[in-house]
Amino acid sequence: MINLTVNGVQHALDIDPSTPLLYALRNDLQLHGAKFGCGLGQCGACTVIVDGEAAFSCLIPVGSIGRKPVRTIEGLGTIEHPGPLQKAFIEHQAVQCGYCIAGMIMRAQALLDRNPRPTERELLEHMEPNLCRCGTHTRILAAIREVAHLQAADAPRENPPLAASPGGAQ
Amino acid sequence: MTRKSGLLAAGGVTIVAALAVALLLMWKPAIAPVSPPAQDAFDARTKLAGARVVALGDCIVCHTAKGGKPFAGGLPLVTPFGTIYATNITPDVKTGIGAWSLEAFTRAMRHGVARDGHLLYPAFPYVHFTRISDDDIAAAYAYLMTREPIDATPPANQLMFPLNFRPLLAFWNVLFLRPGAQPPDASKDVEWNRGKLLVDGLGHCASCHSPLNAIGGEKSGHAFDGGIVDGWEAPALNAPGAAPKPWTKEQLVAYLRTGRASEHGAAAGPMLPVTRDLATVPEADVRSIATYLLSIQKPHAVSGAEATRAASTVGSPEAQRGAMLFAASCAQCHGPAAPMQSIGERPTLAFSTAVNAATPRNAIQMILSGNGWHGEDSMNYMPAFAQIYNDQQIADLASYIRAAYSQRGPWTDVEAAVVKVRKENNAR
Repeated sequence: MINLTVNGVQHALDIDPSTPLLYALRNDLQLHGAKFGCGLGQCGACTVIVDGEAAFSCLIPVGSIGRKPVRTIEGLGTIEHPGPLQKAFIEHQAVQCGYCIAGMIMRAQALLDRNPRPTERELLEHMEPNLCRCGTHTRILAAIREVAHLQAADAPRENPPLAASPGGAQ
Repeated sequence: MTRKSGLLAAGGVTIVAALAVALLLMWKPAIAPVSPPAQDAFDARTKLAGARVVALGDCIVCHTAKGGKPFAGGLPLVTPFGTIYATNITPDVKTGIGAWSLEAFTRAMRHGVARDGHLLYPAFPYVHFTRISDDDIAAAYAYLMTREPIDATPPANQLMFPLNFRPLLAFWNVLFLRPGAQPPDASKDVEWNRGKLLVDGLGHCASCHSPLNAIGGEKSGHAFDGGIVDGWEAPALNAPGAAPKPWTKEQLVAYLRTGRASEHGAAAGPMLPVTRDLATVPEADVRSIATYLLSIQKPHAVSGAEATRAASTVGSPEAQRGAMLFAASCAQCHGPAAPMQSIGERPTLAFSTAVNAATPRNAIQMILSGNGWHGEDSMNYMPAFAQIYNDQQIADLASYIRAAYSQRGPWTDVEAAVVKVRKENNAR
């Protein structure tokens, strides 16, 4: 049996220890927020928080997690009471197709949990692994900036943004 | 004069003479500053030749900080003696080399002396650059002096006493610097000679791929026997047995120019940026490098580590735990039927130099750090697992991969190696 603590709830699952966490979340726990994108750790659609770190859930076997707490987007809020990041994403209309968004929000949440006031550079570096194929990165970043109390991207500031990096969340 | 006072006098003269020689060695005059040459001071052909020289010398790799402007310096190099920060080699007058004449630049390349006369640390590979031709030095100068000047002062070096006293480098230079261009070997053809010059001179391959002695010089008689740089093993370049399949010239050329070779694997760690530089130079240069490297192979002796492993290592407890991790974390790309291999033509881990190495260091580094995105040439991307797995899990994974994919004996003390490598990485 595999024991998993997800969003504060303990589960005992009769699954193979090499099952990726994403499959357990979606198929066994019916938590459909995290998405299967590439299955190779390249896109970030499956991002959840494991023990405080943003992690690609498609790459982590459930047998390796042990007692580490897992957080998914379902743990951040509800439709009636969305969490701060979820609210900001709605207000900024950061969603086009929406497939990457749960991963984006969870990666941003991991940063803000650790550092509620990141710099622009820290924000860009942290969000780089997650891709949005629709190209709503500017809105995604605007939503995160709002929660992180960062100035808008065009306002003058101390840390200039990184050079454009294809493949990153610019 | 008594015998005693005569001896004293002779001793005194010797000491004074030794001091004079020492001072002469340590003191280098400043070369007068110049106003930076105008952008049109060099013809296009010289600048183009310079771009090639600078790429072959990998200058940008060390002289650019992470996220920094090209050639503006600031990248830390951790040595056993402390941390050295690469200098700004843009033509900025105040913080870069804008006031350097060609004469000053040439002296730095050949003798390791800055324009103002202070001695440069041998992290700057002038013991190798001294071999290159005057034309190449002039071309590199033309190229660098026409880059964008960046006002950037690198952080101060943090070196242990007495190495923070630069004049002492004069004695290091007596031991390790043999200044001057390298004459060709008449018994060898042009391509071989060009390759030797590129490997020994501009490419300064031995800087990383040779073991260093106690005072940071390359161990004499051990050139290309392999070394350690930035926490990665730089494999021996003269040991054909290091790879499970012998390198062919075509594979070596492909590896150096694309960072990827069939039957071997992908470049990673500090070698990856080198291949990005070599992708920009004419293929003929890389072919010459390959020709020379294949000519320095030592006779292949089968070592203990290469002895066929006991068939049971895949069944060891750590390998069994590693197999579970591999199934979820690695098999999508590295498993037997993975599209990356069947369609993407990536070699199996069985051919990997890291997996077949004598120590698990590079396999551990690869699992910990992966290969990050890098603009458009992200073909060798691999996610990092440092945050996801603990030391034991990384060790289990490495042990499983070794047992499942290599014909060589198991690594020992893998978890201790993971702890060590992580500690080194965190200190960097």
